[in-house]
Amino acid sequence: MQKFTRLDGLVAPLDRANVDTDAIIPKQFLKSIKRTGFGPNLFDAWRYLDHGEPGMDNARRPINPDFFLNQARYKGTEIFLARKNFGCGSSREHAPWALIDYGFRCVIAPSFADIFFGNCYKNGLLPVVLAEAEVDALFYDCASFPGFRLVVDLEQQSVSTTDGSRRYRFEVDPFRKHSLLNGLDEIALTLQHADEIRAFEAARREQFPWLFR
Amino acid sequence: MAQTLYDKLWNSHVVHVDADGTALLYVDRHLVHEVTSPQAYDGLKLAGRKPWRAGSVVATADHNTPTTGWEQGIDGIRDPIARLQVETLDKNMREFGAKVYFPFLDRRQGIVHVIGPENGATLPGMTVVCGDSHTSTHGAFGCLAHGIGTSEVEHVLATQCLITKKMKNMRVLVEGPLARGVTAKDVALAIIGRIGTAGGTGCAIEFAGSAIRSLSMEGRMTLCNMAIEAGARAGMVAVDETTSQYLRGRPFSPAGPEWDQAVAYWSMLRSDPDAKFEREVTLEARAIKPQVTWGTSPEMVVPVDETVPDPDNEKDAVKREGIERALVYMGLKPRTRISDIRLDKVFIGSCTNSRIEDLRSAAAVVKGRRVARNVRLAMVVPGSGLVKAQAEQEGLDRIFIDAGFEWREPGCSMCLAMNADRLEPGERCASTSNRNFEGRQGDGGRTHLVSPAMAAAAAIAGHFVDVRSGF
Repeated sequence: MQKFTRLDGLVAPLDRANVDTDAIIPKQFLKSIKRTGFGPNLFDAWRYLDHGEPGMDNARRPINPDFFLNQARYKGTEIFLARKNFGCGSSREHAPWALIDYGFRCVIAPSFADIFFGNCYKNGLLPVVLAEAEVDALFYDCASFPGFRLVVDLEQQSVSTTDGSRRYRFEVDPFRKHSLLNGLDEIALTLQHADEIRAFEAARREQFPWLFR
Repeated sequence: MAQTLYDKLWNSHVVHVDADGTALLYVDRHLVHEVTSPQAYDGLKLAGRKPWRAGSVVATADHNTPTTGWEQGIDGIRDPIARLQVETLDKNMREFGAKVYFPFLDRRQGIVHVIGPENGATLPGMTVVCGDSHTSTHGAFGCLAHGIGTSEVEHVLATQCLITKKMKNMRVLVEGPLARGVTAKDVALAIIGRIGTAGGTGCAIEFAGSAIRSLSMEGRMTLCNMAIEAGARAGMVAVDETTSQYLRGRPFSPAGPEWDQAVAYWSMLRSDPDAKFEREVTLEARAIKPQVTWGTSPEMVVPVDETVPDPDNEKDAVKREGIERALVYMGLKPRTRISDIRLDKVFIGSCTNSRIEDLRSAAAVVKGRRVARNVRLAMVVPGSGLVKAQAEQEGLDRIFIDAGFEWREPGCSMCLAMNADRLEPGERCASTSNRNFEGRQGDGGRTHLVSPAMAAAAAIAGHFVDVRSGF
């Protein structure tokens, strides 16, 4: 897993609630058998004016100038600011893969859908939940100040403005925090409990043999 | 202490738990399909790991597979990228093994959430996972079943466990008798309309009450399938006589003395009478009417006898914008009567509504009638090869074909349009699937979610119509 410690990044806002993973990465791109290369098709249907298919030269496609990611002020953005229930719908991990591949390292929203939220951590993309009023304030800042940046510090569990004038604290699960700070391989961690898993499995096989036929 | 069904399922699968509540949860059944597994098997290979228990894996190819042209074999998958994905699953199954694999073209191939239950590979008391959000379907059997991401697919393959934390307990009670013509799909949509698409976030939902107990297993699967559309990763229903009757004699169901042993254990898979739920919602079954979604989120739903909402009546600014945007996308005007919405296509299928009971209910509406002339395509995609064979044995295929429907091969099909079945921009579809998101059924496509009977009625009338009216 990719580490996440501290990030000072440009913020890009998508002012829309209930953004689903079908929108984040449309299904035609799910045919890939790789984990990378999804960035150019992030929000494909909203970002381009034509219909996208895998294998197209995306640099030559007509872009939707109104879509936020196509605006010069958000070039090089790393922090995604979203509204509530971000990432709802399909469990496709291609959604966080696409966000990461595009260059995002952090998503800030008032709430996330459960599966997407978990998938983010597995890929070093930090999902930060802030209160609705705090997120409102950040949307206001983004609209008002071109080049608006935030500092996200996982160790401190804080999101702050670069001048330090405002600082929001966020909650994070201790295990997930530890894994992300250290970029740990969760499978290796779990396999440290291999004896416990084997013992559990043996007892279960004894009690419910039909589950192991 | 009194326990909920979810508490019992959780407690019986915890291998290890840390002080902060992070647990290793043992996985009994791992369902695998071609779209979310290749990167997981690849990761396993790269790390030099092997599956912990390949015997827990039940696999099939369903998302990319075509619903026509099966006589051409693998060449029937025209899209080379899709074909490579299907062949990659074949290769991974050969290399890593499984309890059973139903490849493309197999007699028992089908949608992963249809084939698990129909083969008895989903059994009460199991933990069931799959790289697919509609894994909640299997909760209908008193299982803890939910979708996972591809990293977790790899983790489960390698360790037979998930790293997870306990969710909250939520109960949705639906009490009383359902009105005639009202199905589990309408119940699911009515619940989502009530609690919203984030209403169950962070929760495992148990569906209970007399209306739920009276549902068939097919109906319970439809309901649990849609739990994720209410934001809940897992939905579940307690085990009862209906559950064990359904499972008796299925290929992977326990048999002989183990059957009795299993049934005795299953009878405990219900919430204790005084168990505590952190959230509880009650609906009166009698008040539920056939439902139709009008927007781009499953919570944008109304009964068939109502109208498309007017955003001016919405006080919340974010919601109002959501309604306005949805109406533009859907090409609908505020206050349009649902029954005035005309359709271009009708899709009966998906892991929500492609089982035999769904096809019977649609066929009963269609029988002896013709698809309306304005409907360009009406298609029925059975959930599996076995469902298809059963339907053909009952003559349902003839009823659909005689009415002008296309009778297709099994698969996910136009639920998510990864194969060739899709809506063209602007086309409007009555669909028995689960998501009406923008572009879900094809770029610019407009999806209205309904029950199989309502979809069938809409195909005949050419517009939405209350299936109870006889229309």
